[in-house]
Amino acid sequence: MYKYDDFDEAFVRERVAQFRGQVERRVDGSLTEDEFKPFRLMNGLYLQLHAYMLRVAIPYGTLNSRQMNQLAFIAEKWDKGYGHFTTRQNIQYNWPKLPDVPDMLEALADVEMHAIQTSGNTIRNVTADHFAGAAGDEIADPRPVAELLRQWSTDHPEFQALPRKFKIAVSGAENDRAVLRAHDVAVQIVEKDGQRGYRIFVGGGLGRTPMIGKVLRDFLPEADLLPYVEAVVSVWNLLGRRDNKYKARIKITVHEHGIEEISERVEQRFAEIRPSFTGVDQKLFAEIKEHFAEPAYKSSATDAFDAYKAANPAFQSWADTNLAEHKNSEYAIVSISLKSHGATPGDASSEQMRTMADLALRLGHDELRISHEQNVILPHVHKSDLPEIYNTLREEGLATANIGLISDIIACPGMDYCALATARSIPIAQEIATRFDELKLEHEVGLLKIKISGCINACGHHHVGHIGILGLDRAGVENYQITLGGDGTEDAAIGERAGPGFSADEIIPAIERLVLGYLDIRDSADETFLQTYRRLGMEPFKAILYPEKAEANAA
Amino acid sequence: MPRAFTPKVITANALLEGDAIWFTENNEWSRDIADAELITDETHADLRLIEAQAFADQIAGAYLADAKQTENGPAPTHFREEFRTRGPSNYHHGKQAEA
Ligand code: SF4
Repeated sequence: MYKYDDFDEAFVRERVAQFRGQVERRVDGSLTEDEFKPFRLMNGLYLQLHAYMLRVAIPYGTLNSRQMNQLAFIAEKWDKGYGHFTTRQNIQYNWPKLPDVPDMLEALADVEMHAIQTSGNTIRNVTADHFAGAAGDEIADPRPVAELLRQWSTDHPEFQALPRKFKIAVSGAENDRAVLRAHDVAVQIVEKDGQRGYRIFVGGGLGRTPMIGKVLRDFLPEADLLPYVEAVVSVWNLLGRRDNKYKARIKITVHEHGIEEISERVEQRFAEIRPSFTGVDQKLFAEIKEHFAEPAYKSSATDAFDAYKAANPAFQSWADTNLAEHKNSEYAIVSISLKSHGATPGDASSEQMRTMADLALRLGHDELRISHEQNVILPHVHKSDLPEIYNTLREEGLATANIGLISDIIACPGMDYCALATARSIPIAQEIATRFDELKLEHEVGLLKIKISGCINACGHHHVGHIGILGLDRAGVENYQITLGGDGTEDAAIGERAGPGFSADEIIPAIERLVLGYLDIRDSADETFLQTYRRLGMEPFKAILYPEKAEANAA
Repeated sequence: MPRAFTPKVITANALLEGDAIWFTENNEWSRDIADAELITDETHADLRLIEAQAFADQIAGAYLADAKQTENGPAPTHFREEFRTRGPSNYHHGKQAEA
């Protein structure tokens, strides 16, 4: 795992010290809020509906047990004993007090973490496939690439005042688990004729104007990555619209100028700056890679796992749902669900964090990941250790067998916390999960991704939910709009609006109707919701959602 | 005809805790909206907002929010402002826990 070098450490400490001074001057009144706001945002500190919120970066979602324990400690000491994991692989603390924040940042620096570039018009926390380094289907671990990009972008002098924020995601597999096509730039490791290189996507993004990213370069040689990405960012830095914040993201630039023109300009700029990259970046890349060496896998019998599975149906159900294939056949990737029915998606208590940290340390090669789907991953678990992992998780309410199912919902904080929200999203997620748990239907329904955002900014990725729910304010009342057919994978699609929105009281019955209706029209138990939607289109789903209308039309 | 002015209160977040607070007639900040000054005149509202913003070392981000008069004093009219008087719905945290 990547270790801070001295420069990083000094830089982070200095930033904490600076911020401490700024907080003091704010508290004694010598800085106004207008003066202070940019400083606090630079350090990940937001002001929300009920309190401040501190957003801490977890670069490419990777943590070790020491860091997870520290997150637990911070939650306990300065917050309310829990943290919220987000779709950006960050953790948010919802209740910090302003005078405590410098101490929180200091405690983060002690474990080589920080809250820098989690806000503002900068290159944000680089995200990655949460199965990175473990997945059976990956060409290479994408995290060294993410780390290279992180180092290049952190405090990059040219990129501190971009037209708008800029998000990069990296993956090493054809199966897209990192929502590559919803990022400003995405990097996919590919191979061509035995050579390693990158496929570069540009111009994806959700929010007000959702767009699926387009391929800008199908194969970029490995050594060209930084100059090429730098060329992309600088072309956008020049062309990007600063007159209108809704048109400033690169997706709009690509849309307005067309992918051909952008590609030409990027290639031109790339040719100009390529010579200035003399290979230092490649040397750095080689060094970084060493920090991501594979763990020292153990090898032993796995029959205890099979026997336990055969004997324990609850364990079997969990194993079937929450395990993924590891590249080492004696190992498995464990997804720990932070979505127990009725709980807040993505929240973990300090005790839960400690339990997960301890399991990672003892039985998981000291690695943890945060997924954009707001769950925690133990990427390397030997199969013989799975029964113990399961039983320990169960005691902490962490063994819900629902990964990828209807109750594994992404929900942004919405109007329970977020100052930008137009409606709540958490209670909707809680109620849907509780309802389908009562119906005991979720395993029968199968793979179904519901994603909920509390406003058009789409932090809850609703556009790429098989069922997306967007909370709006309609004449002073919470109203929920449904989109269908969204997909965040390699077959990415933006969901289509189904029709008029539903009130807070109507939305849960509407989702229930929709899902039960799908069970009636799928052609077999193997056809997922999304497949049925793709086969039949919107009409039958509309008829299910709006029965009165369907009747009126038939009359 | 000028647009009718809907009654308002001045609200902000407390500087240290970030908690929702309201501006009273006595130029104090209260954690309870019921103590707030209900402002029914637009010119007066603009003036009071400037006065409220002068408390830079106690508050952050003052603004005018719609409110109505009730038996117990001013109360919010919009759900967002109502949530601010209470706290989040997923945990018993914030004001609802302090009452
Ligand atoms: S989608 Fe909107 S409500 Fe939800 S977290 Fe993002 S900005 Fe806040």
